[in-house]
Amino acid sequence: MNLALKDIRHGLFRFVLTCFGLGLLMTVVLSMIGIYNGLVADALAVVKAPAADVWVVESGTKGPFAEASNIPLTTRDAVSRMPGVAEAGAINFQNIEASHAGASLRLYVIGYEPGHPGGPQSIVEGRGIGTSHFELVADRKTGLLTGETIRLGRNRFTVVGLVEGAMNAGGDPAVYITLSDAMALQTELDPAAQRVQAARGAVSVKSASVAAVIARVAPGADVELLTATVRQWKHLAALTQAEQEEILVSSVVDLARRQIGLFLAILLSVSAVVIALIIYTMTMEKLKQIATLKLIGAPDRTIIGLIVQQALILGASGWGIGLVLILTVKDYFPRRVVLEPFNVMMLAGIIFAVCIAASGLGVRAAMKVDPATALGS
Amino acid sequence: MADGEILIDVRGVAKHFGEGETRVDALRDVDLQVHAGEVIALLGPSGSGKTTLLNVIGCILAPSAGRVTLDGETVFDGQWLRRDLRRLRLDKIGFIFQTHNLLPFLTAEENVAVVLDLAGWSVEKGRARAGDLLGYLEVDHRAAAKPALLSGGEAQRVAIARALANRPRIILADEPTAALDSKRAGLVMDLLRKLAAEQEACIVTVTHDEKIFDRFDRLIHLRDGRLADA
Repeated sequence: MNLALKDIRHGLFRFVLTCFGLGLLMTVVLSMIGIYNGLVADALAVVKAPAADVWVVESGTKGPFAEASNIPLTTRDAVSRMPGVAEAGAINFQNIEASHAGASLRLYVIGYEPGHPGGPQSIVEGRGIGTSHFELVADRKTGLLTGETIRLGRNRFTVVGLVEGAMNAGGDPAVYITLSDAMALQTELDPAAQRVQAARGAVSVKSASVAAVIARVAPGADVELLTATVRQWKHLAALTQAEQEEILVSSVVDLARRQIGLFLAILLSVSAVVIALIIYTMTMEKLKQIATLKLIGAPDRTIIGLIVQQALILGASGWGIGLVLILTVKDYFPRRVVLEPFNVMMLAGIIFAVCIAASGLGVRAAMKVDPATALGS
Repeated sequence: MADGEILIDVRGVAKHFGEGETRVDALRDVDLQVHAGEVIALLGPSGSGKTTLLNVIGCILAPSAGRVTLDGETVFDGQWLRRDLRRLRLDKIGFIFQTHNLLPFLTAEENVAVVLDLAGWSVEKGRARAGDLLGYLEVDHRAAAKPALLSGGEAQRVAIARALANRPRIILADEPTAALDSKRAGLVMDLLRKLAAEQEACIVTVTHDEKIFDRFDRLIHLRDGRLADA
């Protein structure tokens, strides 16, 4: 006779309500884990998208994501001629605030050279950029649709394709335009004084500079040798893809990551205390029944089983409800919520440990109960 | 009746709580023998040691001195001689409480069968035995009901069925009729007497209920922890 299940069935509504409450708590925990992962994934998305092996940036900087980087556009030709380089492309990044459908839309504009590395990896709808000017490919999260137009700077661009998962570390969705459009856009956004200078015929330094040049190496080529060679040029620095990712994670998103990480730790601690309290209270409410069981001869294992089984059922139900809820709502979050099976199983392990520890408190109280309590003495 | 086998043999049992000025002697040099088939009542004012003696016989409370022999087995002689006292209670002793103390999450039948489950009976045999007992106590029509839905009399009969389930030879009852009217109290005592005779068990009852005094073979009076008379 399974006393734990019988007791649960007896107070089913209350138990289900408790499980649901715990499930909501687990939803918050899982969403924080997902937001934490999403932050890192978002930060890395823009770095991983070009599938580059080497990032050539301005000397003395960790650009173009951690800090500003400006290098001559001609660097692309120089890099592409280097031994071991299969292809290279210049790339530009900037944040702009555009207006669309009566609302303000913050975009991360990536300028790249069609036919060279740096563009979107896969178009999920529509096509890639096919003309030199005024076409763009947008991330689906911008809310833009293919065929729509949007004004960026002084020009109106037509959306020709959509991608997914392209955004910067801040979560702003990306749009891809040609490098020449991006450079023009950057100039147009310069202060008025600089535009006056351009009108007078002065050559803008920015018009001929890009944020970085990315290179893909030929099969069998040595990436480390290539970066070492680039670094010999005094005005350039080179980073491998792994170094670029490391800079983003450890530098650009580090504070946000630690902030969420600490909050997650507090949330897990609170959850552990809540679970422990629920289980302990459940046990304390049953002390008279436990005394009766002891009096009629129930061994310790029966009483321990009653408490531990209920604690584990409660924990498993809360975890399950939390998982279902977060999987249902995660796509409605404004930023990505990324849940890996490892995270979910790790939380299950933590809940299991908390339930066992909390049961220990309940079991301790139950073991102390004097069977004479049942007699009313 | 007093010629039967001795099922409870308490010799020189004393029990005190606290030490020094706070010391309270709950039992002092108590000798008591109860035979198979005998139904006795422990009487006395509040604080006279009735419940303490019941707890000592029920192996719930360790005496400070003396020897306790239950169903031929000495279980206490200056110290407990058995470690598994709960198993001892399960096998030898049935308890009937003032408030029935049925487990609220089990049905009437399950409340009886749980004892048999703990004793290692199979589910089928346990249910059959529980059904028989509930039928015998004329409460089988409420077998599927939870305790909250039983009347006081029905709940008490289920509690009696639970106490008898594993065929214990010692039944300890603490105010078993306190919650019942005089008619039902009489019926319960008649039933206990009948069961004691049939199962060759003895019944020790703590009671204040004068209406049922005539249902006992012996009335044992306790005063200040001593047996006043028997």
